[in-house]
Amino acid sequence: MTHAIAQLAAVVATALFIFALYWMNDPKTARRGVYAGVAGMLVAVLATWIQPEIVHHDWIVLAIAAGFVVGVPLSRVPLTAVPQRTALSHAFGGLAAGLVGTAEYYLWLRAGPEHFTTFRMVALVAEVILGFLTFTGSLMAAGKLQEVRWIPQRPVTYPGQNVVNLGVLGAAVVLGGALVLHPTAAWAGNLFPAVMGLALLFGVLLIIPIGGADMPTVISILNSYAGLSAVAMGFVLDNRLLVTAGALDGSSGLILSIIMCRAMNRSFTNVLFGAFGTVRKATAVAEQKEWKQETAEGAAQLLDQARLVVIIPGYGMAVAQAQHKVRELYDQLTKRGVTVKFAIHPVAGRMPGHMNVLLAEANIPYSALVEMDDINPEMPQCDVALVIGANDVVNPAARTVKGSPIYGMPIIDADKARTVLAIKRSKNPGFAGIDNELYVQDNTWMLFGDAKAVIGDLVKQFASGGLH
Amino acid sequence: MTDYWSMLFVFVLATFIGLGVIRRVSRLLYTPLMSLTNAISAIAVVGSLVVAGADYPRMIRILGAVALFASMTNIVSGFLITDRMLKMFKKQ
Repeated sequence: MTHAIAQLAAVVATALFIFALYWMNDPKTARRGVYAGVAGMLVAVLATWIQPEIVHHDWIVLAIAAGFVVGVPLSRVPLTAVPQRTALSHAFGGLAAGLVGTAEYYLWLRAGPEHFTTFRMVALVAEVILGFLTFTGSLMAAGKLQEVRWIPQRPVTYPGQNVVNLGVLGAAVVLGGALVLHPTAAWAGNLFPAVMGLALLFGVLLIIPIGGADMPTVISILNSYAGLSAVAMGFVLDNRLLVTAGALDGSSGLILSIIMCRAMNRSFTNVLFGAFGTVRKATAVAEQKEWKQETAEGAAQLLDQARLVVIIPGYGMAVAQAQHKVRELYDQLTKRGVTVKFAIHPVAGRMPGHMNVLLAEANIPYSALVEMDDINPEMPQCDVALVIGANDVVNPAARTVKGSPIYGMPIIDADKARTVLAIKRSKNPGFAGIDNELYVQDNTWMLFGDAKAVIGDLVKQFASGGLH
Repeated sequence: MTDYWSMLFVFVLATFIGLGVIRRVSRLLYTPLMSLTNAISAIAVVGSLVVAGADYPRMIRILGAVALFASMTNIVSGFLITDRMLKMFKKQ
């Protein structure tokens, strides 16, 4: 009876999860998706909990309570910290899969070697390798995003890095293969920790050469891995619900990875093994020309006289927490009849959709947020392009400089606007270490400083009534 | 014996459904999408529940309890933060 309930619950939960994702197709229905997801999860947990084989409830209650104690504060982080929270949750997902795989292996090794079919062992080894590499890889990514002191922000590369990385992964796979062939051999119980260790090590090595600009892609790939490790767990435990839910997560990560890669004109392998950002560019165009600096007063006048202003936000806006000041500027400009649009590059920020969430937080209506492909045809009619802490995504070198590491990457055509105002924290090149010709164009004016402070100054110009 | 073929079948079909549904997700919502799918893939909770609660040796159950904690954290923080972000998206 309880078994039939579990089967029914799995079907219901799967349907609810599919609806949850389906409702995400529109911001109007999206919250319904959350409720469907919660309902599906409740059904699945309760149907499992009432199964007769579960006899110890004390630890379950304790673990669930601890999950709430940690989970609730984690859901209240500032939205600028959402990328690292996401990476951290991929780490937890990987950890859970790895630990359950480990527990099942030793359980069956002790009592029940008849469970070790080849199919199940392949799934178990895949679960453990994927789970643990996702765990350390995501922890490293979260650490880089949080700018933890002992994790280097810049990509770390050394000669033979790819050989070392692939060697470690290869060793894990070979040892895992030995476990598949001889799961109950005398040495198998000791070999298992070696596979775990190699997977944990590979996760760290995989993320060391990754720079900030690649984080949106890497987070998406780790998302996919976390989903696949849940699928593998489903194969091990013979549980269809794990397979369906894991597959939904895995395919979501896959699609996001593909979109992110396309937005950077790069391949998966190039992201994971290419160590973007370490490549110092060859061109020296920018060095021949000088920046032109503009005052807050002058910039405000330019904005005031514009009909169409396109704001192009980047990671710098997130770092400076400038989104609320941007909203004030948006209000001042729209009040004066200026049309303001936001141009969102798919890889702006540190995770997919990062800019949209920050601007939504600041109450900017989502009808003002425009995708790169839709805004680019409008850029020649744009009077002022205001670049806030974005760099690579507006760098014209992507179109013209063949030797540049970002060559071929689709960009927002800020350079085609009549005037460009660019807010930049420092005079150094951006994260990828690439010079940006946009900043020295004839029609570009620079505003140096913290994005929040600079936009605050602009707003003051409008608010003080100096302009009309 | 487990019917492995039907499990693979389920996996392939679920992946295609996932690809079809995710492709239609609004580009505005990629960040909440990721936290939502994250909470959903914490369905690993059902595996952890069994390992933590069945009549297994103590060490095994400890692993299960830690896995259960990790999954629960993802469920709670994943759903809550997704809803928190989605509340912010307003048309006007």
